[in-house]
Amino acid sequence: MLDQHRETFVQEANDLLRELEESLLDLEEKSTDQELIGSIFRALHTIKGSGSMFGYDKLATFTHEIETAYDLVRSGGLSVTRILVDSTLSACDEIRGMLTDDEDRSGALSDAQTAIVEGFRNLLKNTHSDKPSAPTPDAVVVDAEVNSDELQHECTYRVRLTPSPDLFSNGTNLLPLFEEMQGLGTCRITAQVENIPRLQELDPEACYTFWDIAINTDRGQNAIRDVFIFVEDRCRLEISVIDSMEREADGKGYLKLGEILVQRGDLSKDNMQDILSQQHRFGELATEAGIIDHGKIESALQEQQLVREARDKRATVEQASTIRVPAERLDSLINMVGELVTVQSRLTQVANSSHSQAILQVAEDVERLTAELRDNTMSIRMVPIGSAFSRLRRLVRDLSQELGKEIDLLTEGAETELDKTVIERLNDPLVHLIRNSVDHGIQNPQVRTAAGKPSRGTIRLSACHSGASVQVTVSDDGQGLDLETIRLKAIEKGLIAPDALLSEREVFALVLLPGFSTAQKVTNVSGRGVGMDVVKKNIDSLQGTIEISSKQNIGTTITLKLPLTLAIIDGLLVRVANEFFVVPLTSIEECVELKLSDVKRASGQHITVIRGELVPYVRLRELFGIDEALQAAEQIVITRVEGNRVGIMVDEVVGQHQTVIKPLGRYYKHINEVTGCSILGDGTIALILDLAKVVKSAARAEAANYENVQAGSV
Amino acid sequence: MSKMIMTVDDSASVRQMVSFTLKDAGYEVVEAVDGRDALKKIPGLTVHMVITDLNMPQLDGIGLIKELRADAKFKFTPILMLTTESQAERKQEGKSAGATGWIVKPFKPEQLVATVKKVLGC
Repeated sequence: MLDQHRETFVQEANDLLRELEESLLDLEEKSTDQELIGSIFRALHTIKGSGSMFGYDKLATFTHEIETAYDLVRSGGLSVTRILVDSTLSACDEIRGMLTDDEDRSGALSDAQTAIVEGFRNLLKNTHSDKPSAPTPDAVVVDAEVNSDELQHECTYRVRLTPSPDLFSNGTNLLPLFEEMQGLGTCRITAQVENIPRLQELDPEACYTFWDIAINTDRGQNAIRDVFIFVEDRCRLEISVIDSMEREADGKGYLKLGEILVQRGDLSKDNMQDILSQQHRFGELATEAGIIDHGKIESALQEQQLVREARDKRATVEQASTIRVPAERLDSLINMVGELVTVQSRLTQVANSSHSQAILQVAEDVERLTAELRDNTMSIRMVPIGSAFSRLRRLVRDLSQELGKEIDLLTEGAETELDKTVIERLNDPLVHLIRNSVDHGIQNPQVRTAAGKPSRGTIRLSACHSGASVQVTVSDDGQGLDLETIRLKAIEKGLIAPDALLSEREVFALVLLPGFSTAQKVTNVSGRGVGMDVVKKNIDSLQGTIEISSKQNIGTTITLKLPLTLAIIDGLLVRVANEFFVVPLTSIEECVELKLSDVKRASGQHITVIRGELVPYVRLRELFGIDEALQAAEQIVITRVEGNRVGIMVDEVVGQHQTVIKPLGRYYKHINEVTGCSILGDGTIALILDLAKVVKSAARAEAANYENVQAGSV
Repeated sequence: MSKMIMTVDDSASVRQMVSFTLKDAGYEVVEAVDGRDALKKIPGLTVHMVITDLNMPQLDGIGLIKELRADAKFKFTPILMLTTESQAERKQEGKSAGATGWIVKPFKPEQLVATVKKVLGC
């Protein structure tokens, strides 16, 4: 993408250079023409500015020097001379050269270029300008995110934002800024409205409100300042630390309400003493006495509460005694453990063939330790799925309110642990499923009552371990999926033939196809054409599976089966001739043997009968074009792919194989049927199969084959 | 309905990059090559935000901001200006003229989107 922008830039810069040269030649004759000078400055400025955007740093630094001179010419501080024009023309030639030099966009200036820069600096020196030309520190960018990764201690801050009345006149909207604050940490915002005048005196375009914000964050004061960077000219922003771990460690207790108000300057010490002497609840008395506005009391109380909560939280965290480590370090640790596992299995093989008791002993110890190390390392990346669940609670609340429905979200198994990456990537699909349930699944209270159901709907979100995978289910007690509607819709969209006979499961699977959406009206919540196919894509990319079951008027259950981690895979190692493949264990149901006689009976079709059920199979031998001598019996690994049983025919099932997934190099990116590879003990590479893709391309090949046969027989 | 943003810049490459990035983030984008072009196009549109360069022929960024602020329809429309680090005074001028915020060139696509969200809210 950048390359395309770069091309446009080079073209544009060349055009600008051409114009620039013309203007320079004109300038020699009309040396005081402001318009000419202005256009020269602009051209240089654009070349510099855009150049640095597209990675031409050298060009930007160089052009900056020349631009500085013309800035001075523009303001009358430097006059146009023959030398200036000459130097600028040779500078143009250098710029043109730099535009074509794709290899060295950000290196040091060449000697000729430095000489030109020096020439310009000398010109400037003679003018005694008070604007020295600094090298461009163009990389500083205003962005709250920049400071975000600094590790700071968590502190509670008090922020008071007092805007000037004309705040809104430059198009400022404070709401996004408050939302940004909420992103920094736990945050209580109180609007203070005491300055709003009576209606007759009110200017509707003015801002009379000011805000008290108590925030608990580990991002530091600068991050808070950055949030308000665009408005600080038109606001008074006061930030102070009110509580921190150090303060707590010093044994300082909670501030009393009165103390907070005095500290903020909202109340005088004398007034506080006065009120205290009356020995009633402070806030009530202060308000009643009319000394202080109710809003200010409210925000002071909020602040007190926040400090209390933050301390409580810290106390629980400290008990668990954790340390925070950047995720990249964990990734590199896992990578190294992966290498170690490979080396260890080589060692075991070598030891086995050496017949030396001493080496065998060592190899066994290493094997045991490596296995422990691997399990431990994997468990470091595991976090409870609860964090993903709690975000959904808010979603359900907001959505159901928006749609006028009453819905409870019940969660189970929040403590189930999964790889952090998996949880992160699971968030979007879960949000989508929950949205679907809220919007399409659960009906309005009136409809529910009429159908004899409780008016409040329930969405159940649960997670549990099942073997080497985790099962996450989202179920609702809504209207369920309508088989007939789905079937009709699929026919209308041309996804199935009008006379196709499909099982219930197959019909539900249609919902997962791209472009399928049965929502009658498009709402804010869901039904924008991005449907379940996106969920499926996400789950596929996690090596997971998705299954839908539904009963009309009773509800829908969607079951996601996910691997515990993406770094290792539990698979079945299989062999075809001399090639090894790994089939993900999560999708395997059983292994059966296929005799040559069975193949003959199916008269060439790739179908076999297993306990009375017809099961199609894919021959890896054919799919991957492996043509070596066939054995008398082959084995079929029966898998479930997208709800259907499909066999994968191989020469031999070697056995279960837990392995670290290695990505394939980028030269193999176009190979769809394989998600990665694994290195076996003897250094052999086994390719990890993407079953859905394998089945798809086998089906395509089959169809093409069938058409050829048809065409041949006519 | 997605929000519409107008990008005003005499540099086609910057315009293209801004436009590409914002469209990718789900916004609608209209382009103008300088202040005058912007003023000519904007009356017929419902523009939720303007992102303008400062140095442009015809009508520069500061002039454009002043014109827009003088028009009741765009009095409260957020306006971001594109500045470079060396343009401190121009930035100040833009702020006084009524710019809502600024982005310093060079910027990365994600910084542009973050800043737009900071000002627009979505």
